[in-house]
Amino acid sequence: MGILSRKATCNTHGQDSSYFLGWEEYEKNPYDEVKNPDGIIQMGLAENQLSFDLTESWLAKNPEAANFEREGQSIFRELALFQDYHGLPSFKNAMADFMSENRGNRVSFDPKKLVLTAGATSANETLMFCLADPGEAFLLPTPYYPGFDRDLKWRTGVEIVPIQCTSANGFRITKSALEEAYKQAQKLNLKVKGVLITNPSNPLGTTTTRTELNRLLDFVSRKNIHLISDEIYSGTVFTSPGFISVMEVLKEKKFENTDVSKRVHIVYSLSKDLGLPGFRVGVIYSNDDIVVAAATKMSSFGLISSQTQYLLSALLSDKNFTKNYLKENQIRLKNRHDKLVSGLEAVGIECLKSNAGLFCWVDMRHLLRSNTFEAEIELWKNIIYDVKLNISPGSSCHCNEPGWFRVCFANMNEETLKVALNRLKMFVDGPSSTTRSQSEHQRLKTLRKMKVSNWVFRLSFQDREPEER
Amino acid sequence: MSLDKNLLSKLAVGDKHGEDSPYFDGWKAYDNNPFHPEHNPQGVIQMGLAENQLCSDLIKDWIKANPHASICTAEGIDGFSDIAVFQDYHGLKQFRQAIAAFMERARGGRVRFEEERVVMSGGATGANETLMFCLADRGDAFLVPTPYYAAFDRDLSWRTGVRIIPVECNSSNNFQVTKQALESAYLNAQETGIKIKGLILANPSNPLGTSLGRETLQTLMDFINDKQIHLVCDEIYAATVFAEPGFISVAEMIQEMDHVNRDLIHIVYSLSKDMGLPGFRVGVVYSYNDAVVTCARRMSSFGLVSSQTQSFLAAMLSDQSFVDNFLKEVSKRVAKRHLIFTEGLKEMGVSCLRSNAGLFVLMDLRQMLRDQTFESEMALWRIIIDKVKINISPGSSFHCSEPGWFRVCFANMDEDTLQTALQRMKSFVLRHRENKKKRKSFQENLKLSFSSKMYDEHVRSPRLLSPHSPLVRT
Repeated sequence: MGILSRKATCNTHGQDSSYFLGWEEYEKNPYDEVKNPDGIIQMGLAENQLSFDLTESWLAKNPEAANFEREGQSIFRELALFQDYHGLPSFKNAMADFMSENRGNRVSFDPKKLVLTAGATSANETLMFCLADPGEAFLLPTPYYPGFDRDLKWRTGVEIVPIQCTSANGFRITKSALEEAYKQAQKLNLKVKGVLITNPSNPLGTTTTRTELNRLLDFVSRKNIHLISDEIYSGTVFTSPGFISVMEVLKEKKFENTDVSKRVHIVYSLSKDLGLPGFRVGVIYSNDDIVVAAATKMSSFGLISSQTQYLLSALLSDKNFTKNYLKENQIRLKNRHDKLVSGLEAVGIECLKSNAGLFCWVDMRHLLRSNTFEAEIELWKNIIYDVKLNISPGSSCHCNEPGWFRVCFANMNEETLKVALNRLKMFVDGPSSTTRSQSEHQRLKTLRKMKVSNWVFRLSFQDREPEER
Repeated sequence: MSLDKNLLSKLAVGDKHGEDSPYFDGWKAYDNNPFHPEHNPQGVIQMGLAENQLCSDLIKDWIKANPHASICTAEGIDGFSDIAVFQDYHGLKQFRQAIAAFMERARGGRVRFEEERVVMSGGATGANETLMFCLADRGDAFLVPTPYYAAFDRDLSWRTGVRIIPVECNSSNNFQVTKQALESAYLNAQETGIKIKGLILANPSNPLGTSLGRETLQTLMDFINDKQIHLVCDEIYAATVFAEPGFISVAEMIQEMDHVNRDLIHIVYSLSKDMGLPGFRVGVVYSYNDAVVTCARRMSSFGLVSSQTQSFLAAMLSDQSFVDNFLKEVSKRVAKRHLIFTEGLKEMGVSCLRSNAGLFVLMDLRQMLRDQTFESEMALWRIIIDKVKINISPGSSFHCSEPGWFRVCFANMDEDTLQTALQRMKSFVLRHRENKKKRKSFQENLKLSFSSKMYDEHVRSPRLLSPHSPLVRT
C-alpha cells in the first residue's frame, strides 16, 4: 500500500515541465547588473514591475491604510479577527468597481456575485471543483498557460482537452477547432463541462475578438456547458483593438439573466494588472447563485489576508489613483512591448502581433534545426545556456507547432532588456554554425542526446508523437 | 434562480460542506441579535467562537513601536516592490525562520524546527485539507477521536473524498483516547474494507481544552507506528496551555521515541488561536516526511500567505523578547479567564471537564437534560440560545458520544461581558433547578389537582411541548 496519496506521487502538478526547469536554471545563475552580469536573464516570468512607483507614492500619501487605522481609530483588532469568507465589504465593492473601470464601465459587477480567493491559481481550481466532477473535462484553446495543468487538473481530477489553434490564422479560435475538440473529448469518453479561455491570452498577448466571443457563447449555449473567462490581464491592454470582456458581449446579445449567462464565469486577480502577485488576490465572478455559494464556502481553504484586503480596499477606492494607474501602466507596457518587438525585428525575429499582456509570442521557427519539438527544446537549451536568457518554449504551453517562444518584457528594467536584446543579436548574427568550435559542436551533440524531458510524455491527452522517434 | 444542477459538480450541489447543519441556527440567532453592552444589552452573547482576543493589545503596541515592519509605512516602503512581487511558494526565508522559532518557543525551546520544513497554507483549514490530499486517496480514511472540531468534517473530507472514522471516547476517563478504542476502530474499518491511512487529532484538544499526557502520546505513536499509518497532530492551541501537564508536542516525542518512523509524523500549526490573528490566514504544514514537504509546498500555491503578512510577521516574530513576553502573557491571561469562568460556573453548581488549555471549556449539563438523549441536548441548547441568549456549541456538533456536554468559549469577549454571561447562566440554572423541584412535586400531586398553576417555564414554551408535558395531558 502506497504510504502517500496518488496525488503526492504522480506528477500531474506539472512541475517537471520545461516551464519550471527554466526557472531552476535561472535560480542557479541569476543575472545581476553588478554582481553577476553574465548570469541568466529571467524572461520567463510574466510579472508587471513597471508601475510600482505609482503604488508606492500612493502609500506614502495614505498612511492610514498601512497602519491599520480608519479615521484615526485603530482597527487592528477588527482586522486581525476578520475571517468571514464573504470578505471585507469595502474591498469587494472596490474590486467590483475596479473591474468595471477596467472594462471602460461598459459593464458593471455586483459585489454579491464576487468570491475572494487566494490568487487566480485558487480561483481556477475552485471553479473546477464547483463545475466538474473528477474525470470530466474542460476544453482549452492552445497555446495555454502551463500552470493550468496543475491548477485545473491536479487535485480536482478534471481533464483538459485542447482546442487546437494554429499560426495559420493568428491562433484564433475557430468553430471547427471547437467542434473537433468536443469530438475528441467524446472519443476519450470524457464529459465536457465547459470551455476555459484566457482573455487577454497568455501566452499570445492578444485580446479575444468579438467574433470569437460570439462564437464561444454560441458554442457553449448549444452544448449546454460553461464558459470560464480568465481575464487577469484585462488591465494590460495597451493598444487597439482594446479589451472586450465576455460580460460585454453577453450584455450586447441581451443574454443577461438567461441560462447562458449563468454559465459564464470570470476569473480575475491583481497579480498582473497591479503587479501584486505576492498579495494573493484572486476573484471569481459568477451569475449563478449556487456557484457563488459553493465557491464562497470553498474559499475557506484560501482566504485573502484581511490585512491585505484592507490595504487594497483603500487603494482601489481611490478613483484618482486607479484612473491614473491604469492609463500610465498601459503607456509603459506599450513602450516596453514596442522596444522588444523592434529589437527582435532588427535581428530578423518576428512576433505575433499583440496588444496586451506582459510578454510577446515570438516566432523562432526559422532558427530551428528541423520542424520538430526536439529541435525546439534544443534551441531553448541553447538560449538558456549560451544566450543566457530564460524564455518559455511553446511546447510547455501546449502549442502544436514547434518554434514559438513566450518572452516576457515587463519584469526587468530597460537596461536589462537592452542587454538581453544584445545577447540575442549576437546569438543570431554571431558565429554561424559552420564556424562553431569543435567543443561547441560536441556540446550540441550531447544536448541532443539528452533525454527529452519527461514532461513531453506526461502531458495529458497528447495527440502529438513523442520526439524521441 | 439557478440552472440545472447537473451542470454543476456534485461538490457544489451537495451538502457535505456541513453548513446546513442545525448548529448554524445558533450563529444565526447571534447574527440577528448580537449583544452589545450599550446598544443591545439584551442581545445574544457569542460564546460559540473560539477566538483569542486577550492579547491584541500586545501586538498593537508592537506595531506602533515598529513601523518598519509594514511595507506601507514611510519606514518600510523600500521593501514594498520586492515583497509585492514575492510569490515563491517556499515563502520568505525570514518568515519561515520566524515561524520555526516561534513554534520552538511555544514548546519551551524543548524542540528544534527546521525552517525548510515549514510549508505555508491557507490557515489551519488549508493545512488540514492539504495533508489529506497528500496522504490519502479518495475513499481512504482517517481515524479521529471524538469529540472533535466540527469543521474537520468539511476540512478533511469535503473536496478530498477522504472518510472520517470516529474513535469514540467518553467521560468515564475524561474523554482520553485509549489503545482499545483505537484498535477497535481500526479493526472495524478493516473488516468493512476501509483503508485507514492515518490518525488525526488536535493537541490541545478542541473542544475538550485538554493537552495530551506523555503516556497517551506514547500510546498514539506506538499505535500508528505499529500499523505504519500517519499521525497528524493539529497543535494550533499550543500556546494556550496554562497548567499541568504543560504542552508536550509530538515533536518532543519523536526525539524520545527513536523507533517510530518519522515519515509518518506531521504537524499542523497556525497563528489564529495562539496569536489571535485568524484574519491573516497563517497556516503551517510541518512534516518530517520529505516527499510530503515537497508535495504540500506545491499545493500551497492554492493558499499562500500574503507576502505583506509574511513580511510583517517575519519582523514581529523575530523579536525574541516580544515573543517570549507574548507567550507568557497568553498563558497567563487564558488561565485567568478560565479560572473566572469555571469558578463562576462552580458557584452555581455547574461543573466542567477539567482542562488546562484552549479558549473554551466543556461544560457538563447532563443533569439538566430531560433525559440522556441528543434530542434533549438539542432542546436544552435551543433554550439557552433563545431564552438565556447565549450561543454555545452542543456536544453533538463535535460528534460527542454522550449527550449533555456543551463547549463554551471565554476568550472572545471582555471581562464584563463574561460576567454578564455568567449572570444569565446563573439565573437560568437556578430557575431550572427550582422548576425541576416544582415539576417533581407537581407530578407527584398531579392526581390530586388539575388546577395547579405552577407550570414549568419549559412547558409554557410551545416549541418544547412533549408527550410528557402535564399541559398536554390536561
